[in-house]
Amino acid sequence: MSLFDFFGRNKSSGSVAKDRLKLVLVSDRAGCSPEVMEQMKNDIIAVISKYIEIDMQGLDIQIKQTQSDSDNGTVPAIFANIPIKDMRSKN
Amino acid sequence: MGEVIVVTSGKGGVGKTTTTANVGTGLAKLEKKVVLIDTDIGLRNLDVVMGLENRIVYNLVDVIEGSFKINQAFIKVKGYNNFYLLPSAQTRDKTAITPEQMKKLTDQLKEEFDYVIIDCPAGIEQGFHNAIAGADRALVVTTPEVSAVRDADRIIGLLEANEIKQTHLIVNRLRMDMVKRGDMMSSEDVVEILAIPLIGVVPDDENIVISTNQGAPLVGNNTMAGKAYMNICKRVDGEEVPFLDLAGKGGLFSRLFKKN
Repeated sequence: MSLFDFFGRNKSSGSVAKDRLKLVLVSDRAGCSPEVMEQMKNDIIAVISKYIEIDMQGLDIQIKQTQSDSDNGTVPAIFANIPIKDMRSKN
Repeated sequence: MGEVIVVTSGKGGVGKTTTTANVGTGLAKLEKKVVLIDTDIGLRNLDVVMGLENRIVYNLVDVIEGSFKINQAFIKVKGYNNFYLLPSAQTRDKTAITPEQMKKLTDQLKEEFDYVIIDCPAGIEQGFHNAIAGADRALVVTTPEVSAVRDADRIIGLLEANEIKQTHLIVNRLRMDMVKRGDMMSSEDVVEILAIPLIGVVPDDENIVISTNQGAPLVGNNTMAGKAYMNICKRVDGEEVPFLDLAGKGGLFSRLFKKN
């Protein structure tokens, strides 16, 4: 921890590097660019919005590494956190 | 039967050739039978780093094409009983050999040697596939920089896809002073991101430049890098060696104040 971290100001460049790497490796490993991610996110929103009203502000869709069920390696997985505002009436 | 170890990184300039030279020389110092193979066809360098550039007669491509026997192309490293370099060809390109031919060659060599160490070219094209074809295990070299770590991650994925089960990480050119002030990723950070076991950390040490100038690998001498490389060699050979305290250089006073 550097002094900067302690005062909650500028993050040290080392931890900036680490955070940036983690992000870029997620899309590298999944073989999908940030633009494709964005398109997929929009499509998911469009489909879900047909049935329920969702909170666009609180929406979060990411590809992360997760432990695989079958063997002991890690695999990329989509994590979606989509808060529901209101269930649309069924008719 | 010996082991074929490929030294690879993806990105160029992170220290593959220096690592190959030092790990090979260190294992030879541990009295192992070792042969180094430079597979960077067209851009050979392991010969100069080893100080053997004036003794090349035949090369890897000559051997693969079958015009000469392997033993004719071997350059014996002076001062060791069983330590050789098989140099690369400088006037050919990477398509001069195939992964199948490389595998055949390394399968043959590991009957005779304890360690066959392959210096892989940068990149992920044919030169990489030639270099890993016969490998039993890999040493992935990276520096604590975003570009090098990203490329290392790609290489680790490709090694897995090619069923090289045992891969170890070497974090090269670490600057402890920068890590301490938060301006460089630590070896722990790099290990966390790449998620493969660490086999060694080599500090950024000007003695590496000096030893490369002289064409004499520094492994095993009394420099920080020399000690770090010797520890890597012992770990490669299966010995458990504690990691060096790279920070502990400044004496008690500075250590008291720098401690996290």
